[in-house]
Amino acid sequence: MIRDITIGQYYQTDSVLHRLDPRVKLLGTLLYLVSLFCFHNPAGYAVALLFLILCIRLSHVPFGYMIKGMKGIMMILMITILFNLFLTSGTVLVSFWKITITVEGLKLAITMALRLCMLIIGASLMTLTTTPNHLTDGLEKGLRFLKVIKMPVHEIAMMMAIALRFIPILLEETDKIMKAQLARGADFESGGLVRRAKAMVPLLVPLFVSAFRRANDLAMAMEARCYRGGDGRTKMKPLIYAGRDYAAYLILLAYLVISIFLGRWSVMTELLTSL
Amino acid sequence: MDIVKARNLVFEYIRRDEEGNVEGISTAVDHVSLQIAQGDFVAILGHNGSGKSTLAKHLNAILYPTEGTVWVDGKDTSAEENLWAVRQNVGMVFQNPDNQIIGQVVEEDVGFGPENLGVPTKEIWERVEESLRAVGMYEYRKHSPNRLSGGQKQRVSIAGVLAMHPKCIVLDEPTAMLDPSGRKEVIRAVRGLNDVEGITVILITHYMEEVIHANKIFVMDGGKLVMEGTPREIFSQVERLKELRLDVPQVTLLAHELRKKGLPIPEGILERKELVEALRGLK
Repeated sequence: MIRDITIGQYYQTDSVLHRLDPRVKLLGTLLYLVSLFCFHNPAGYAVALLFLILCIRLSHVPFGYMIKGMKGIMMILMITILFNLFLTSGTVLVSFWKITITVEGLKLAITMALRLCMLIIGASLMTLTTTPNHLTDGLEKGLRFLKVIKMPVHEIAMMMAIALRFIPILLEETDKIMKAQLARGADFESGGLVRRAKAMVPLLVPLFVSAFRRANDLAMAMEARCYRGGDGRTKMKPLIYAGRDYAAYLILLAYLVISIFLGRWSVMTELLTSL
Repeated sequence: MDIVKARNLVFEYIRRDEEGNVEGISTAVDHVSLQIAQGDFVAILGHNGSGKSTLAKHLNAILYPTEGTVWVDGKDTSAEENLWAVRQNVGMVFQNPDNQIIGQVVEEDVGFGPENLGVPTKEIWERVEESLRAVGMYEYRKHSPNRLSGGQKQRVSIAGVLAMHPKCIVLDEPTAMLDPSGRKEVIRAVRGLNDVEGITVILITHYMEEVIHANKIFVMDGGKLVMEGTPREIFSQVERLKELRLDVPQVTLLAHELRKKGLPIPEGILERKELVEALRGLK
């Protein structure tokens, strides 16, 4: 069941986006997500959508694969749409029984749904094109300035990398324990929510015990290999900006300028019409 | 010169009950003295709880002696300033391959050690390549460790240690979780390192077949060093080994039983070929 969630899982292929420095992708994604919440006019959405489509085409990741990963968040999307649709007050569009749909509600529902979709696709585009290793490397180097305020950046990145490495191992282990417990008559399927949650206890306890044991072993193995934190450590694959990374930064800047301009423009047109 | 030397090594740990009260003191390693020469292939045998793993952890300064001293390459392991030199000189390979691979790609895991040592990037790549070639895993350098077999994973672990350019490798039951073919793979790789690269190997194991090529065997029981000698010397004492609850290679056991029945076969036969020769000589 956990394996079915493909959202944000790395998709192995070769593209410009794949080769881009993770720091560029991190900053780009962040800017893109922020920009999505700055628009209030259709032109802004059009630009954001265009930019996203361009990135998707560049990534060589099949669109169907991306959509497949979105199934998991369908519920959230539906709820957002329904809430906005029925619970926004304004000019009434249709009204029957106790339900009224307003023009504002319809508009809001559409824009929110669009925003959410672009948000999720935009964010997953980064993880789809970046290996977890690259991502943690990018975070470590990109956020290095936080060391000034005593943030253990290297340690956090190392923890993330180790967590990612152990996900498949722990999944396999969960599977094993589940089978072992099923063989002894455990029941994970039937009953209400509370009963099912209770049935998870004999699964989680051994899993936690084994995770701690693994952590202990790993810590020892790391120490035995002279691990002593981030100071004085060299990198096997250091991050170095290439020409394409600077180009990407330029494109990002262009996108930012356009979106800011569009935002201003919409404010100005609003001002003009109000006059 | 001795790469590893221990004198009167004692390691005690305090047993506590559930409330944390002291129940008693257990002695895991009890006055052990040993010397291991550079370039040797040494095996340490002993049944569970004999203290062999605890002893191994002293060689890498993961544990410090309660009493006595351990020297690695002439350096006292309990001195803090020697810590990193000791750990770089003595590499450790543990039992569970999954719990000692840090990287998500084989080559990145092998690079972890040199990265920690602060080796320049270009040299890291050279070391990774040469280490992976030494254990025959170079073709798998881009693979995810999760997709490898147990034997392959363990060879990656060995390469990871090798990339730190140690003088000595301690393997703590590296084959305990492997199937027979994986076991053979790993032992072949380890013997290669000893023969070709001249790295001192200290192999801790349950499997007697793995130790017949060793230069020297130490047998531990109850934290004490009880036997010491070449494989032939050790395995010619079948009764004594049985007392220590240790197995003997099948051929050796067969030869021993035949000898007990009156056939004039020498003690301490280690390989099938030898037994065949001995039996042929009877006619």
